[in-house]
Amino acid sequence: MKIRDLILKRITTLVLPFIQVYGFYIIFHGQISPGGSFAGGIIVALGYIAYATAFGVDEGRAVVPEKVTTYAESYGTLWYALLGLVGIAKGVPFLANKLAGIDVGVPGTISSGGLIALLSIGIGIKVASTMVSLFFTMLEEEV
Amino acid sequence: MSLVKLGLVDYGNMLMLFVLIVASLTVYFIRDLLHAVIVYGVFSFIMAVVWLQMNSPDLAITEAAAGIITTVLMMLVISRTSRREE
Repeated sequence: MKIRDLILKRITTLVLPFIQVYGFYIIFHGQISPGGSFAGGIIVALGYIAYATAFGVDEGRAVVPEKVTTYAESYGTLWYALLGLVGIAKGVPFLANKLAGIDVGVPGTISSGGLIALLSIGIGIKVASTMVSLFFTMLEEEV
Repeated sequence: MSLVKLGLVDYGNMLMLFVLIVASLTVYFIRDLLHAVIVYGVFSFIMAVVWLQMNSPDLAITEAAAGIITTVLMMLVISRTSRREE
């Protein structure tokens, strides 16, 4: 990747915050609006991939090292499993939400859904870090 | 004719589905892999619009995002390997 263009860098710097905020918006509103953790995580990863494409691989790797993506992938999944175990700890099925006595709030508001908002954050982290590590795996592989 | 009068035939959707068929066949038969990736991006975009037409904005957002990231990753693979199909 030998793209070193001033216009590309400036436009990426200007657009990047909006892409990231949109991705986090989709993740956090997953329980009441279209979208969700998978789409939001991919959008967050796309913003980072745009940065790494415009500024070069080394600078992109400096922002998010390989260790961070590895830990984020593992702990995103672990967070999901731990939240699922809340139901079992209360004596109801795995991933139970209202059955486990969690307040699900008023339907249609941002605080509704109980555990689903927390699950969305875990899956969003997992999907974003997986996409970033896929990108770097394909980019850094020596032929 | 009767189906048209009943409103069961949607010409916009028919056009988009026709474009989908043409795009997928083109991806299969084209020789230049970079062109194939670009046509796949067209396929993905039209598919997102079709999902939106069929009242599933959830899938439309996912399809748009996943289509873009697939195009980017495929272009990376082409930049690391050969552009021509052997």
